[in-house]
Amino acid sequence: MSTLGILLTLTVLAAFSYYIGRKRSLALATPVKRGGNDLHSLPSYYGYLVVIWAIIPALLVFALWSSLEKPLLTSSMMSHLPAEYQSKSADELSLTTNRILNMAKDPTQLATAEPVFKAAAEDYQQMQSTSQTIKTLLVLALAIAGVFIGLRHVKPKTRARNQVERVLQFIMIGCASIAILTTVGIVFSVLFESYRFFGQVPATDFLFGTHWSPQTALRADQAGSSGSFGAIPLFVGTLLISAIALLIAVPLGLMSAIYLSEYAGPKLRAYAKPAMEILAGIPTVVYGFFAALTVAPFIRELGESIGLSVASESALAAGVVMGIMIIPFMSSLSDDVINAVPQAMRDGSYGMGATKSETIKQVILPAALPGIVGAFLLAASRAIGETMIVVMAAGLAANLTINPLEAVTTVTVQIVTLLTGDQEFDSAKTLAAFALGLSLFIVTLILNVVALHIVRKYREQYD
Amino acid sequence: MSTTTERVKATLGKRYAREKRFRFYGLASIALSILFLVILLADIIGKGYPAFTSTYIKLDVQLDAQTLGVTADSTPEQLRTANYNAVIQNSLNTLIPGVTERKEKKALKDLVSGDAKYELQRMVADDPTLIGTNQSVWVLADDDIDTYYKGNIDRTLPESDRRIKDFQLVWLDKLEADGRIESQFNSIFFTRGDSREPEEAGILSALIGSFYTLLVTLALSFPIGVAAALYLEEFAPKNNFWVDLIEVNINNLAAVPSIVFGLLGLAVFIQLFGVPRSAPLVGGLVLTLMTLPTIIIAARAALRAVPPSIREGALGIGASKTQTVFQNVLPLAMPGILTGTIIGMAQALGETAPLLMIGMIAFIMDVPSSVTSPSTVLPVQIYLWSDSPERAFVERTSAAIMVLLTFLVSMNLLAVILRKRFERRW
Repeated sequence: MSTLGILLTLTVLAAFSYYIGRKRSLALATPVKRGGNDLHSLPSYYGYLVVIWAIIPALLVFALWSSLEKPLLTSSMMSHLPAEYQSKSADELSLTTNRILNMAKDPTQLATAEPVFKAAAEDYQQMQSTSQTIKTLLVLALAIAGVFIGLRHVKPKTRARNQVERVLQFIMIGCASIAILTTVGIVFSVLFESYRFFGQVPATDFLFGTHWSPQTALRADQAGSSGSFGAIPLFVGTLLISAIALLIAVPLGLMSAIYLSEYAGPKLRAYAKPAMEILAGIPTVVYGFFAALTVAPFIRELGESIGLSVASESALAAGVVMGIMIIPFMSSLSDDVINAVPQAMRDGSYGMGATKSETIKQVILPAALPGIVGAFLLAASRAIGETMIVVMAAGLAANLTINPLEAVTTVTVQIVTLLTGDQEFDSAKTLAAFALGLSLFIVTLILNVVALHIVRKYREQYD
Repeated sequence: MSTTTERVKATLGKRYAREKRFRFYGLASIALSILFLVILLADIIGKGYPAFTSTYIKLDVQLDAQTLGVTADSTPEQLRTANYNAVIQNSLNTLIPGVTERKEKKALKDLVSGDAKYELQRMVADDPTLIGTNQSVWVLADDDIDTYYKGNIDRTLPESDRRIKDFQLVWLDKLEADGRIESQFNSIFFTRGDSREPEEAGILSALIGSFYTLLVTLALSFPIGVAAALYLEEFAPKNNFWVDLIEVNINNLAAVPSIVFGLLGLAVFIQLFGVPRSAPLVGGLVLTLMTLPTIIIAARAALRAVPPSIREGALGIGASKTQTVFQNVLPLAMPGILTGTIIGMAQALGETAPLLMIGMIAFIMDVPSSVTSPSTVLPVQIYLWSDSPERAFVERTSAAIMVLLTFLVSMNLLAVILRKRFERRW
């Protein structure tokens, strides 16, 4: 049975078990007059109890089996290949695996395959169908057995509500823990692949090298493309574009927030705030398109009209558009912290005869400074991790320069380029993407933690 | 008058000027931000709106059995492979006679899109009795012709700088004078998948791909997010190490760059668990992890807004803690949770970077049929098209952006309406 079929059957079974569980509990209950066989819980809880028995073990087995099925079958299939294929390098081995898996999926490829692979592919197909059958039978048997076990638990004395509530609580804890699992997953996936990368390329070369050209040679005798992974040009490029973006976003965002919270009347607020929110809601791919097709040519023409040579993928274009994207982010974060400054501080300042702008500059901003620094750090983390704008509007060549009119490349651009091409998963090139991802994750994590810490510490002062 | 007052008065003019300047800077920043928004939208709409029409050319075709090589009794398979190209060629030859040079012959053939042949094929397949008759049909023009009629090719330029040459202009003027050129609504854009030919490219497959991806995202992130928020807000013990760890993690995940989630999807879902690449399933899984923090944070705020008296009332008449939360608190918090979910879904709909990592960047012509078939999503389609040099693709990219923004705006409007409609002051 297909996955969808199994899930549908389980759903039907769940509805059925609720029905009979509830019915049975009602049948067991007798009025107090005739012996007083009271149910401990409401009848529906007995229904849910049977559903839990029927579904949860079956679903667990189903999930476990489905997630382990493919890796296990593949390794078993590969171990049956003749020795000459087994001794090949990891790269070629995984290439062969993919070829055989494709054959197993596609009958036209299977028909024309070489005998060795054909046998392996057919072997795989057979194992897969056996596994599917066993899985179906096992899951359904567990579910049906669960219904019977559940029904045996339906007794008037069973504390059904407490049991159901406890299971519910566990499910909720599980859902909440997904946040931890995600972080662990991110850390392990980038850490593990990065570790393999640093086995091939020394970490010092990666962190301090000034030359980036990830093209590794296909043959040993090829010249010129030995693949060097010095990430300094990428880091500098990322910082350059982020700096331009922050140079635009921070003053504009901060001033907008100050104006909106201190000066603007309710009418302007009612229109300006949603407009800012629209700016925040536009997908980054749209900004990227705007940067590449409108802003970059415009800056280029502007530069040429005053006699400057501007690259068509200049850092300036990407930075400016990224800055526009971050304005609403910066302004809404600053708005929050400015609003959190108590009115008494403003009144005190006005009472001393200060003008509004003096109050803002000398009282409110210093009081809100930690929050604004936090907002700045979050905006910086956003700029460093932003991908689509730079992929579409920044260059691919890794120039080590801080001239905003030249093309630079960034960490995120390189991750995308390294991973969207057609190469094997294990090459130094793809692994380099994970090493870049690791550095990106660490930097943004530090920025976020520091920013959240500052913001939270600041909030405690006035609450 | 005392000296202090005089000194204050002396600087007063300057201070007021400074005040005015500061105020002006604030207003200017807002104006500038809104100006950016207006320029962005005007640019996209200005580039995109022509894509909603296409240029069509009227051809008089002779569907005679001999040229086609089929009869009305032929099997559908034979009808499908009949020689429609020859019919179109003949019709073009009669429209514009006397073309002999090779280059011009090719240009004549390229006047109409490659879709013209399939248009005839569909006509004949629907009604085989058309064979042997003369029909006049509107067929799609090539994208260069289309671009010309939208005014994006300047005929005053020197011939070598134009994609449409002088002899083609003569033909086009003749066709136009005969009333054989017309601009029609571009329904292809909404009913087809991707294509290498801009005039035949549409967003349907990307739209359906987005739909499946969001379906997976919603089906996973809504229940998980609500359950997590319920636990953290209502049940979790205070000052517990694990609970604090979960909270720190959620706050951090909300700020992790989206591309890192793509790396996670690639390494864990695809490499480790063998979820099929490029499929909405894996895209939905990755987007679920990304939108969970948004939904959890919004749901917690909504739960917090339900006043304690509701809980106390329910507990007071004998409901258990779980019954209180599920039967009294959750329904009251639902509008707020739904608003947060819609905003999270809008974010997921616009997300591109992590989906590139997991291979949803393929060239997809067919409409995906399930959550495991290869597909792409609307933002990725925009990214793919934005790489194409043809003017007609720039147009279509902008049009696709307009469609995407329409969806996003309506989702956000729905969230606002929901909030307004069910907003409650306790």
